[in-house]
Amino acid sequence: MRLHVPLWCAVAAGGFRRYATYTTATAAGVFTNTVFGFVIAYTYIALWEERPGLGGYDQAQALTFVWVSQALLATSGLMGGGFHEELQQRVRTGDIAVDLYRPADLQLWWLFTDLGRAAFQLLGRGVVPLAVGALAFELALPGDPVRWLLFLLSVLLGAVVSFAIRYLLGLAAFWLLDGSGVNLIATVVAIFFSGMLLPLSVFPGAFGEFVRLLPWAAMLQVPLDVLMGTQGAGGAGLVRALGFQLAWALTLLGLGRLAQSAATRKVVVQGG
Amino acid sequence: MDGTGDAAGDVTGGMEGDMTEDVAGDMASDRGFGETGRAHTGRGGTGRGGTGRAGTGGGGKALIEVDGVRKVFEVRRRTGLMRREKREVRAVDGISFTVPRGEMVGYIGPNGAGKSTTIKMLTGILTPSAGRLRIAGIDPARQRTRLAHRIGVVFGQRTTLWWDLPLKDSYGLMRRMYRIPEDRFRRNLRRCVDELDLGDLLDVPVRQLSLGQRMRGDIAAALLHDPDVLYLDEPTIGLDVVSKVKVRRFLRELNAELGTTVLLTTHDLQDIEQLCERVMVIDHGRLMYDGPLAGLHSVGESERTLVVDLEREHPPIELPGTRTVKVEGPRQWLAFPATASAAPLVAEVARRYPLVDLSVREPDIEDVIARMYAGR
Repeated sequence: MRLHVPLWCAVAAGGFRRYATYTTATAAGVFTNTVFGFVIAYTYIALWEERPGLGGYDQAQALTFVWVSQALLATSGLMGGGFHEELQQRVRTGDIAVDLYRPADLQLWWLFTDLGRAAFQLLGRGVVPLAVGALAFELALPGDPVRWLLFLLSVLLGAVVSFAIRYLLGLAAFWLLDGSGVNLIATVVAIFFSGMLLPLSVFPGAFGEFVRLLPWAAMLQVPLDVLMGTQGAGGAGLVRALGFQLAWALTLLGLGRLAQSAATRKVVVQGG
Repeated sequence: MDGTGDAAGDVTGGMEGDMTEDVAGDMASDRGFGETGRAHTGRGGTGRGGTGRAGTGGGGKALIEVDGVRKVFEVRRRTGLMRREKREVRAVDGISFTVPRGEMVGYIGPNGAGKSTTIKMLTGILTPSAGRLRIAGIDPARQRTRLAHRIGVVFGQRTTLWWDLPLKDSYGLMRRMYRIPEDRFRRNLRRCVDELDLGDLLDVPVRQLSLGQRMRGDIAAALLHDPDVLYLDEPTIGLDVVSKVKVRRFLRELNAELGTTVLLTTHDLQDIEQLCERVMVIDHGRLMYDGPLAGLHSVGESERTLVVDLEREHPPIELPGTRTVKVEGPRQWLAFPATASAAPLVAEVARRYPLVDLSVREPDIEDVIARMYAGR
């Protein structure tokens, strides 16, 4: 299958502009992320004063974790608000039929609309909270532009992993009548296992090793480590971090394709 | 059954090895064919009479071929606390028809009769449980992507447009999705914008459009890639009179000028009367009737109604070949066979009674169909 670049650029651009039209929602999101940033920041300060160096982070790094997580919250679709509710609804109402007769692959279609959305939310909902956090607290942000570029690459890979998980959730609607149950579970899981609640590097022992191997780690923990340079020593650590994300992205996209063909076969055979 | 247009396109496509070129070449050659084919079927259509089953003979080459198609769904039903019963539902139960290029066909039937299932099989979204389907020689379920370039689909109750974005963004997306060459895209879009009155709507987000505007927008979206066949599922549902007229006029012109084959499902008898030479009636998954609309009336023994206003109240009118179904003051309702001419009847009423005003009411399609079933 050859990738039809102009089409997918247009789809991503559409996804971007779609979210850009809702300026009030964006402003409300920025406000919420900023307020939560302060709340969690003071919680972390209390925690890191009791236990300095927790998870291998000093206080500035811990606060960086807070503010960058807030900036990436919407981009990585950690708390819903992405496309999968829409996909579930289209399956439920039968609107999915319209998507199926088009000469465009369903998974790629949603991937690129979601990447467009993620790009908008990185700019629209990410920049302001991070800037506020950087003004109010001392953060450990790097000065090296290459670091920032690597960080963006890592965010992109994280967004793809996040998409791939949510695509599976979306397709679940072909088998479940109502997706809200799985969505709720998925949100709780994502908040904890991405490192949103506490950095995954904080968790000790086998449990810590385990959570750092799950795909959710690719959505927040890994991009933050890449940004702060805490991903493990030197170039090898960097390659390992990005490779970890890429491996999960490809695995989950592959699973999505399998689920997609099972779902379309189900529709094709059983009707909608 | 492939015609020369198809074969030629396929050969070129094979040599160049590029899917898009293949489709473009294919469509270009078919377009020319479509126009000659159209004149052909026009003649064939008038000579067809009440027999239906058009296109199987010499009335132009068949673009849509449906042969013994069935679609059986398995429905699981809870019959007790733990017991489940599997039941087979035959949504489409052995349907055969062909549609020659350039024809406009109405596909009607009550809710749940199997109309949408048929359309879904024709678009390749559903695979038939049995039987054979071909659109321009393409097997829809197996070659869905290839078919997509040849068909346009409009579901009256759903939209293909990008909800939050201006209408023109959706068209830009269509251009890329169907890989429509720039000049052709611009020509087709201009045509649709002019004739469907979309000029002021292009910059409006789709969510702000009225139902009629959105429907016109959707029809345009389905036509930008020059499809050979247009499927319309309830294209006028919920539209006001003005919008209905616009949509119908546009479809008529499209069919006349480009020879686009149209298959439409509808509940609106006027859609059929104004657009279709031929009508197919489906119920319980079976084709009950296939032929011209006039023939449907004779099969269904339907009646038209002559509403007469007399100068004053009068005992029920008695005329041979009619029956008076209702009297309300000076107004009376006379039913007469839909196949009979109203003219002699009107003359007779005028001669014998103090006539002030009159009108003729056409039978309701639901009525006609209901009678047809009752007669079986």
